[in-house]
Amino acid sequence: MAPETHTDKVYEAELARLRERLLEMGGLVEAAIAAAVRAIMERDTPLAEKVISSDREVNRAEVEIDDMCRRLLALRQPAASDLRFITTALKIVTDLERMGDLAVNVAERAIDLTQSAPLRPFHDLTELADLSASQLGKALDAFVERNVEKAEEVIHGDDLLDAIYHRLFGDLLTYMMEDSRVVRRGTNTMFAAKQLERFGDHATNVAEMVVYMVRGTDVRHPHSRGADPAPVHDA
Amino acid sequence: MNAFQETTVVIPPSRRMLDLQAKPVAPALRTPASAQEPPKLQVEKLDAWYGKTHALHGVNLVVPPRSVMAAIGPSGCGKSTFLRCLNRMHELIPGARAEGTLLLDGQNLLGRDVDPVSLRRRVGMVFQRPNPFPTLSIRDNVAAGLKLNGIGGNHDEIVERTLRQSALWDEVKDRLAASALSLSGGQQQRLCIARALAVEPEVLLMDEPASALDPIATAKIEDLIHELKSRYTILIVTHNMQQAARVSDQTAFFYMGDLIEVGPTEKIFTNPSEKRTEDYVTGKFG
Repeated sequence: MAPETHTDKVYEAELARLRERLLEMGGLVEAAIAAAVRAIMERDTPLAEKVISSDREVNRAEVEIDDMCRRLLALRQPAASDLRFITTALKIVTDLERMGDLAVNVAERAIDLTQSAPLRPFHDLTELADLSASQLGKALDAFVERNVEKAEEVIHGDDLLDAIYHRLFGDLLTYMMEDSRVVRRGTNTMFAAKQLERFGDHATNVAEMVVYMVRGTDVRHPHSRGADPAPVHDA
Repeated sequence: MNAFQETTVVIPPSRRMLDLQAKPVAPALRTPASAQEPPKLQVEKLDAWYGKTHALHGVNLVVPPRSVMAAIGPSGCGKSTFLRCLNRMHELIPGARAEGTLLLDGQNLLGRDVDPVSLRRRVGMVFQRPNPFPTLSIRDNVAAGLKLNGIGGNHDEIVERTLRQSALWDEVKDRLAASALSLSGGQQQRLCIARALAVEPEVLLMDEPASALDPIATAKIEDLIHELKSRYTILIVTHNMQQAARVSDQTAFFYMGDLIEVGPTEKIFTNPSEKRTEDYVTGKFG
């Protein structure tokens, strides 16, 4: 009976452009966090500086996407799945921009860390970084494919990310207590780890919005709605 | 050790503080307070024909008292036919007929013992184009229904009350004897609403009441619908989906003579259950 696309082809194209622009922005942020962690692990200052300067592009994308959403809301009065898509875009663009900032923070720690001798190999940072980046990648895939199952995997995956972060935190504390000479490097590494953990939280936000976009149900903060007892984690 | 003591302050999972302040989700704002009362109108298996053309197919729905229901759908979907069945105007068209059960406060309106003229006093109607009686004054237009129905009482009082209810009194109180045609289109439409209200109906049917009006006159009519909702049960047919979204508590989507979906307006416009509703409200038809 009805075609899958909008009768108004210009509107259809505007929605498609918004989707593409969000994915481009997501791609930039994914690349930024991966490069920032590589800059730490490989002690690569130029790479870290590149991450810092590339954040301008992420910021530009945020402003542009916000503008696209406002235009669509004002001129098209979207409803139903279109409305959910555009409000989702407005929400996740903020998360993506913040994730770009977190990548910059990691890159700044990388520059500081390369000023002194290597702390000692911390494979956990790579593990944390890989998982954070893959959480975002999966959340973006879920967004493109309108895949609730994949989004839910991201939401549940955040617990593992938190566990890795807390283990790393404990290891670093112990290490710094043993040897006060490593406190600065240890703190820098800990700070970078915290950014990666926060990065994962934002990926969870994106995934939660994907569930809303597809199903129209809000899965955020299930423990803050009165029915359940106190949360263990309420991302 | 100082570093340890300082950092331990940071250790607890830094979950967002705002979560703690989150309030339970408020009940849907659009749900009418009267949702728990017996329905004002109950439609069961309503079929309508124009000659051999089957225009409405077994429509079932319920309208709570003192609420607004909007009927939306593409041209020819049956929404106006549905509305016109509710005060038996449908059967005025040669060859047209309706079958089924239409209960107003539990009484079947399609029953043979029901007098359509007295029914139309209980179920008033406002049409797409303002249609005041051209030769009558503003006052006499409002009082026309009273005279036609032989309703006594102080007509001047009733005229003032209904003109106030339809938010027109302040604009016409000094020229009640002037011709109704001296009013603007929006004022004429509110005059027609006053005329419909004068006979104290229980249900008000509105068939595209603002489609011939400019945005300001439209806003006045929509504001009036909000006011009237506290006393009347209102059904409105509109092609303007934003208008349906703005004024109604419930929205019914018709397509090719079928009632596809009826539900809270907020749900229909944010997360409808039926794909055809979704396609219509997002503009994916045709």
